[in-house]
Amino acid sequence: MLDTASLILALPELVLTAAGLILLMIAAYAGDTSAKMIGWLGVVALGVAAWALCPAWTQGGDAFGGLYRGDAFGAFAKGLIYLAAAVCILIAPRFFEAGGANGARAIRAEYPILILFACVGMGMMVSAGDMLTLYVGLELNSLAAYVLASFMRQDGRSAEAGLKYFVLGALASGILLYGISLLYGFTGSTSYAGIAAAMADGLSHGETFGLVFVLAGLAFKISAVPFHMWTPDVYEGAPTPVTAFFASAPKVAAMGLTVRVAMEAMGSAASSWQQIVVFVALASILFGAVAAIGQTNIKRLLAYSSINNVGFALIGLAAGTAEGVAAVMSYLAIYVVMTIGSFLCVLQMRDSQGNPVEDIASLAGLSQSRKGLAAAFAIFMFSLAGIPPLMGFWAKFLVFDAAVAAGMTGLAAFGIAMSVVGAFYYLKIIKTVYFDEPAAEYAPAGSRMESALIAVSAALIVLGYLFNPLLDTMSAAAAAALH
Amino acid sequence: MNELGFPILSLMMAVPMAGAIACLYAGASGARLIALVATLVNLALGILLWLNFDQGAGHAQWQFQEYAPIFGRFAWAMGIDGIALTLIALTVFLMPICILASWDSIEERVGEYMAAFLFMETLMIGVFAAQDLFLFYIFFEAGLIPMYLIIGIWGGVNRIYASYKFFLYTLLGSVLMLIAMLWMAREAGSTDIPTLMAYNFDPHAQTWLWLAFFASFAVKMPMWPVHTWLPDAHVQAPTAGSVILAGVLLKMGGYGFIRFSLPMFPEASAQFAWLVFALSMVAVVYTSLVALVQSDMKKLIAYSSVAHMAIVTVGLFAFNQAGIEGAMMVMLGHGLVSGALFLCVGVIYDRLHTREIDRYGGLSINMPKYALLFMLFTMAAVGLPGTSNFVGEFLALMGVYEASSWVALVCTTGIILGAAYMLYLYRRICFGDQKNADAAAMPDLTARELAMLVPIGLSVLWMGVYPESFLSPMRADVQALVARIAPAKPEGDAKLTAGKPQPVAAHGAHEGGHKAEEVHATAGEAH
Repeated sequence: MLDTASLILALPELVLTAAGLILLMIAAYAGDTSAKMIGWLGVVALGVAAWALCPAWTQGGDAFGGLYRGDAFGAFAKGLIYLAAAVCILIAPRFFEAGGANGARAIRAEYPILILFACVGMGMMVSAGDMLTLYVGLELNSLAAYVLASFMRQDGRSAEAGLKYFVLGALASGILLYGISLLYGFTGSTSYAGIAAAMADGLSHGETFGLVFVLAGLAFKISAVPFHMWTPDVYEGAPTPVTAFFASAPKVAAMGLTVRVAMEAMGSAASSWQQIVVFVALASILFGAVAAIGQTNIKRLLAYSSINNVGFALIGLAAGTAEGVAAVMSYLAIYVVMTIGSFLCVLQMRDSQGNPVEDIASLAGLSQSRKGLAAAFAIFMFSLAGIPPLMGFWAKFLVFDAAVAAGMTGLAAFGIAMSVVGAFYYLKIIKTVYFDEPAAEYAPAGSRMESALIAVSAALIVLGYLFNPLLDTMSAAAAAALH
Repeated sequence: MNELGFPILSLMMAVPMAGAIACLYAGASGARLIALVATLVNLALGILLWLNFDQGAGHAQWQFQEYAPIFGRFAWAMGIDGIALTLIALTVFLMPICILASWDSIEERVGEYMAAFLFMETLMIGVFAAQDLFLFYIFFEAGLIPMYLIIGIWGGVNRIYASYKFFLYTLLGSVLMLIAMLWMAREAGSTDIPTLMAYNFDPHAQTWLWLAFFASFAVKMPMWPVHTWLPDAHVQAPTAGSVILAGVLLKMGGYGFIRFSLPMFPEASAQFAWLVFALSMVAVVYTSLVALVQSDMKKLIAYSSVAHMAIVTVGLFAFNQAGIEGAMMVMLGHGLVSGALFLCVGVIYDRLHTREIDRYGGLSINMPKYALLFMLFTMAAVGLPGTSNFVGEFLALMGVYEASSWVALVCTTGIILGAAYMLYLYRRICFGDQKNADAAAMPDLTARELAMLVPIGLSVLWMGVYPESFLSPMRADVQALVARIAPAKPEGDAKLTAGKPQPVAAHGAHEGGHKAEEVHATAGEAH
């Protein structure tokens, strides 16, 4: 039953599962004082898992009778997920340790372990070859995420975020499951290949319903309009390192999953889902841009920014071509760096007592007290706004190029015109940082690692064009793996 | 590589970039010095570039080419023709002057200020030297970042509104151009600008592509009615920011028309020439009248810029050698003169901290050197023969007269109105009584200010007296452009035809001789 080839392809998930379980035992005996050490071990485990992606990247193929697919597409997405997860583990201890109003809040040892388990789930999501694997992966990730969202139990907002995330996530899962059951009922299969084969000779009504429900469920997970409403509340309430995690890794996983389902399982019904994706993309771009304008909380603003970015990434999917898929993957890679960089900057926002501040107004005049941090903020915001020569421009360039190549010039023109609306609120942050009179100063940087991470991500955003050939090759290989 | 043996264009971009990074880490006085040295080095490189530019007969159109396909989808492709050369020369010439203009007036965050300016210089040279479609776009758009910061941080009271307006206006104009570029690169299978300039796009597609590019360049230029960002940006920007904005950034719009709209979409350009003419005619008359009633010096010069740029656009769309050469000369001349005028405003603003025209008066008494130079630049702005703007405006209007005498007629009123508002401005500032005691007490130009204004004054005269120095590098390129767009050239209303001499003997001797005289006369007119 179990063949070695399947196990080798699924090695990253096996490594992470084993590491998670072992670290859980260590945590159970060593207690919360070992949290930092467990975090580092978790990062090591993620590194090993990333190394274990090699067989899937080079050879690729089905495992476990088609339930699981270890290919270049999955490997690309998992590489990004592991990277984001590792950063989110590294930045957590300092955030939780900072003395808050509720007294000392040390990091709990479960934090890195939950992230590892979420990574296992996300790995299953992007590598699923069957609707059931997909669902199991999704739930594994979600369960970990619900706990992470309410990780600061004593904080009302965090608990609220966890509850909201849970209720709405469960609703989304229900919708998704309903769609899966419809597809199973009308196509007679839960495997992507089976569904694609059944859809090849025209869509029946039942299949159309199934397709719509599955896409609606997935739209919840990627927080695309009109299923985005949980995002701002959850992002605002969750602890900042967790928000950074939500905005990066699960986004990649859910987008990767959506792309794979759309291209592989529903590839033969592309014209049907393309209209839905076009609508969702444009609505996300527009809503994400307009709704962000009035925000005063930086985390809420970044939540809307993530909705906006999902819209842009979906334009690549709407093109429905291999090139479009490659563009989505490149977009996600650049997006992860930009987002993590932005949240790293947000983590630096602490008042003189060391309490985290989330008010945009508190950034006023930052450029005069903390030059480096201000420059990093400006780089990430200009990049998110899509202004060249920063990498955020290149991400948009690729998806619009794919859309134009697929003959969707109108979509591209509308989308890019809307990006100007989005530029407005990113500019607002830069304006606050650079133009306004200084507000109360923040606490000094304190953590050399966070500063280094900010510097590295800012450098990637500025100099990323040099890696363009590499990114092109890798994303093309990832896209070619879908069939 | 090129004639010099080293990649001079890349070097000209690297020097200010390195200077910018150094400025960020230097103190105030150090940053000033670094910026001045970097811009002077670039000026020297620019002179070297000009001297080594082959202007001889049958020279290569593109010179100093560099090519490195390091970015995957697009390449680091550089190279210049005569048109780009003159604009690069304008850029490197104005930059040290901008640094000098900011020497004392910028006191806060000097390092960042100088870094923003040097970064701006890198990008401006990049725009004019880029030979790859997307590389051009990146430089073109990236210029928004330093300018946004320059206006927003070191600008006047209403700087935040102005910086937003500048950024969003120009961004909205440019993004549609990107979509058009993506489509073109697909269609032609190349991102190489010289290749695209020779590619014949389908005339129907040209219409859309032209409109997308027009959206960008019309805003940048700026053309009426999308010019409204310019007065705000100019008034709020610090002096050097206004100089670089009027001197170089506006020229990117005209350069875009010459490099993209005309050669790549000749049919569409001909099709939309009426639109350009109509907008330009409105701009010339309307903005000149608006300039006439301004009480703020900078605003007056900003509106006059819009009027001058309208002469550029009519010249470009005249589809003939005189029109396009004239447009280029207006761009160069206006770059110098409007820059100098903004510097003149800056000089007295630094002393009295107001741009209200009424707060000055009689400055020719206490500031004679200033009054002399200001007079020179006023006359140049009016387009007096012997100054740079005369050459350009004359050529451009002559070119457009061939295309449409009505457009020429309306646009020529711009010269008259220009004389009105400029001379009126000069009279109110320099002549009359010294009605304000504080203005009467202002000292004359310092050595630093003379070092800024005198070189521009000399160039203005040089360009006016011997324009051949500036026309000769670009002549062959303009000829190539005219040849490229000739098949699409719209019929002008001048309809010049040579007369047909008739044999005298065919009619009666007396009558025939009379007719022959007439024929000679018409033929003479036609020539």
